[in-house]
Amino acid sequence: MSANAISRRDWLLSERPQSRLQARLGRAYMTWRRFSANRLALIGLAIIVALLVVAAFADLIAPYPPTVGDLRQGLLPPSAEHWFGTDDQGRDILSRVIYGSRLTLYVIVLVAIIAAPVGLIVGTVAGYAGGWIDVVLTRITDIFLAFPKLILALAFVAALGPGIENAVIAIAITSWPPYARIARAETLTVRNSDYISAVRLMGASPWRIILRHIMPLCISSLIVRVTLDMAGIIITAAGLGFLGLGAQPPLPEWGAMIASGRRFILDQWWVAAMPGAAILIVSLGFNLLGDGLRDALDPRGSRQ
Amino acid sequence: MTLLRIEDLSIRFPTRTGDIEAVRDISFSVGRERLAIVGESGSGKSQTGRAILGLTPAFAQVTAKRLEFDGIDLLKATPRLRRDLRGKRIAMILQDPKYSLNPVMRIGRQIVEALRAHENVGTREARERTLDMLAAVQIRDPARVFDLYPHEVSGGMGQRAMIAMMLIAGPELLIADEPTSALDVTVQLDILAILDRLVAERGMGLIFISHDLRLVSSFCDRVIVMYAGRVVEEIAASELSRAKHPYTQGLLNCMPSIDADRHPLPTLERRPEWLL
Amino acid sequence: MTAALDITGLVVSYDGFRALDGVSLTVQPGESFGLVGESGSGKSTVLRAIAGLAPVESGSIAVEGIPIGKRRDKAFYRRVQMVFQDPYGSLHPRQTVDRLLAEPLAIHGFSDAESRILRALDEVGLGSGFRFRYSHQLSGGQRQRVAIARALILEPSILLLDEPTSALDASVQAEVLNLLEKIRRDRKLTYLMVSHDLAVIAHMCGRLMVMRGGQAVESLAAKDLASRRAGDPYTQRLLVASEGFVRNAETAASEA
Repeated sequence: MSANAISRRDWLLSERPQSRLQARLGRAYMTWRRFSANRLALIGLAIIVALLVVAAFADLIAPYPPTVGDLRQGLLPPSAEHWFGTDDQGRDILSRVIYGSRLTLYVIVLVAIIAAPVGLIVGTVAGYAGGWIDVVLTRITDIFLAFPKLILALAFVAALGPGIENAVIAIAITSWPPYARIARAETLTVRNSDYISAVRLMGASPWRIILRHIMPLCISSLIVRVTLDMAGIIITAAGLGFLGLGAQPPLPEWGAMIASGRRFILDQWWVAAMPGAAILIVSLGFNLLGDGLRDALDPRGSRQ
Repeated sequence: MTLLRIEDLSIRFPTRTGDIEAVRDISFSVGRERLAIVGESGSGKSQTGRAILGLTPAFAQVTAKRLEFDGIDLLKATPRLRRDLRGKRIAMILQDPKYSLNPVMRIGRQIVEALRAHENVGTREARERTLDMLAAVQIRDPARVFDLYPHEVSGGMGQRAMIAMMLIAGPELLIADEPTSALDVTVQLDILAILDRLVAERGMGLIFISHDLRLVSSFCDRVIVMYAGRVVEEIAASELSRAKHPYTQGLLNCMPSIDADRHPLPTLERRPEWLL
Repeated sequence: MTAALDITGLVVSYDGFRALDGVSLTVQPGESFGLVGESGSGKSTVLRAIAGLAPVESGSIAVEGIPIGKRRDKAFYRRVQMVFQDPYGSLHPRQTVDRLLAEPLAIHGFSDAESRILRALDEVGLGSGFRFRYSHQLSGGQRQRVAIARALILEPSILLLDEPTSALDASVQAEVLNLLEKIRRDRKLTYLMVSHDLAVIAHMCGRLMVMRGGQAVESLAAKDLASRRAGDPYTQRLLVASEGFVRNAETAASEA
C-alpha cells in the first residue's frame, strides 16, 4: 500500500508527464502541497468545509426548528438543552445559527458569481483594449469605487426594497470594481509580454487572447481577492440585515439576529453574541483560506 | 603573495526535494593577479564569488576546509568583521548597474557613502576623492555625473560609476561578476580597459566571473573552468588553446566566429563522468 | 523573382521617439539576412514592425510581393512567424507545451493537430516526452526549441529571429544555431535574423545590414566581414570589438 502511495506521488510529481491529465493533476498537486504546508490555511479550509457541511445538513444537525419558538422558554441562558440559549421568541439560537449558515452561503456564493466575472471581464477588456475603451471602463469603475461600499449598498436596497435577494444584488454591484482594478492591473503587466505577442502573431483574435490567454493569468489573484473579500461581504450582508434592509424576519440571518439581540445585550448577552461569534469565525476562516491561497497560487512562486 | 586561499569549498541549498549542490569541493587560490572563473549557467561560478563575500543566502550551507583571506578565516569571522572586509578590502561588481545602483540617490552621493562607510573622512575630502575616482574610470565630466541619478546615465556610464564606487575604498581583491555582459560590445571593451588599468595600477587581485571563455582568455592571467559545481580545469590563459579537458575544448570550439566557416558548429557532449 | 520581404522607408515612432528612421531592405526568397547593431539601433524594431507589433508611421512593407496594411489577416501569419529573444518570457507560464503548440493549429483550423504537434516536437529535437511539460520544467535551450516549434507549426515561409540565442549559454547556442540552419535547409525558409553578435550573424547569414540609431549604416556580405572589408568606421569598430579584449588598448589608455 505504502509503495503504491509513493509511486502515485512520483507519478504526480513526474517531470515528464505522459498526458494532459497527468500534467494538470501534477500541477494541482504541487499547488496543494504549497497550500497544505501552511497550517493556518488548513484551519481556514477546515472552517469553510465545516460551514458547507453544516449548511448542507442543517435539517439533520439542528435540534429545533429555526423559526418556531416556545414563548414560555424565551431568553433562556445556554444550557444542556439549548447550547446557545434561546431568544426573545423562545427559538433555539443554535438551530437559528445553523440554518443561518445557509443564508450566509447563499449571499456570498451569489455575490461571488455575479461580481467576480463582471470585474474580470471589465478589467481584462479595459487593460487589453486600451485607448478610449480603457478610459470609459476605468472611469465607470472609479465612480463605483468613489462611494463607501455600505452606503452604496444601502442606497440600492432602499431603491430596490428590503429583502435578501436585493441585498445580494446591492452587494454585488458594490463589490465588482476592486476586481476590475486587479484584473486590469494584471492585464497591463502581461499584455506586452512576448508570450502574448506570440499569440497575436498566431493570428488570434483579441477576444481569444483575452479569454484564453489573459484571463487564466488573472484568475488566481482574483480568487485570492474574492476569498479575502468574503469576510467583508458577510459583514456587509450582516450589516444590511442588522439595519433591517437585508433578510426579513423570521429568516435566521446572522446580522438580523444580532439586531434583534441588541435590546438584551447587557442581560442576555448570548442572543447577540452567538451569531456574532459565527460571523467572526466564518470571516476568519475565509481570511486564513485567502492568505493560504495567495501563497499557493502565486505564479511567481510556482517557477521554482 | 596569496590573497585568498580556498580549499574544498562546497555550497549546498537544502530544498524540499533534497539538497542542491551548487558548488562541490572546489579549491583555488588568488594572488595579485587576474583570475577568471568561467562556466555556463548553473556551474556555480557566481555562488563561489558570493560565498567569498559572505553574500550566500542564510539558508544555504557553506562548508570548506579553508576559506582564508589574507590569513583571516572567513568562515569563523564574525558578521561584523565580514561587513568591514566587504567593500573595504574585498569588493564586488555586479552584472547590471541598473539593478545595483540605488535609483533614488545621486551617483556622487552613493560613492561618497561607500567611502565614508569605511573611512572617517570629511565631506570636502570625500567629494574630492569621489571626483578623482570618477575621473579615474574615465568619466569626462566628473562634476556633472556626480550630481546625476543612475537612470540619467547610459549603461556603460553606470558601470563606470559602479566600478568607481567599488574601488574608492581601495580594496585588495575585486570580484567582478559578469561586469560587461549587459553592455554593448563597443562599450564592453572600454570598461574592460578601465578595469584592467586600475587593477594593474593598484596591484589588486581580480576574480573575473564570466560565461565567455574567449573574452576571459584575452583579459586574464589564469582561468578556472567550472562545470556543475566542480572545477574541471585550471589553466594559464595563454595555454587555453591547448586545454586538455573536453569541456573546455568544447566551450572554446562551439562559438561561431567571423573567420571560420564551420557548418554545423561543433557541439558539446556532456559526459556524466565529468560530475565525478 | 519577387522578393520575400521588401521594406522601403520604414519609420516607427513611440511617443515621438523615432525608433526607426527610414530603413529600407530587401530579402530574397531562401536567403538568410542579418541585422546587426547595439542596443537602441532599432534592429528588433524592424522585426516587430513587420510582425505588426510596432506602430508604423510611414513606409511600406511587402511580403512575397503583397503589400501589408495596418491590419494583418490570418494568411499573413501563416507566411511569417517570429522567434523571440527571451525564452523565459515568450512561453505562456500557465500552459503546457502541448497547449502552446495546439493554439496556432486551433486558430487556423487544422484538423490533424495531434500528428503535427508530434512532428514539430521531433523536428526541433525534443521528442514527445516534452509534450505535457510546463515551461518552468524546461531549460532555456529547451524553451527556445519549443518557441521554434511553435513558429514552425504553421509552416511559414519567412521566419523572423529576434536574438534567438543571446539568452543562452554558448554550448546551447551552438545547438540552437545548428538546428535553425538545418530547418532552413530542409524547409527552404527565408530568415531575417537580428543579433548584437557579429560572429553569430556572420555564421548564419549571407548578407547583413549594420544599424545604428534607427538608421542603416551599411549593407554588406558575410564574406566582407571575414576579409575585414567594412566600409563604414562604425562597422570597423564593431569588428574590432568582436575580436575580444586586446591588452595594447590598455597600454594606449595609460599612456594617454
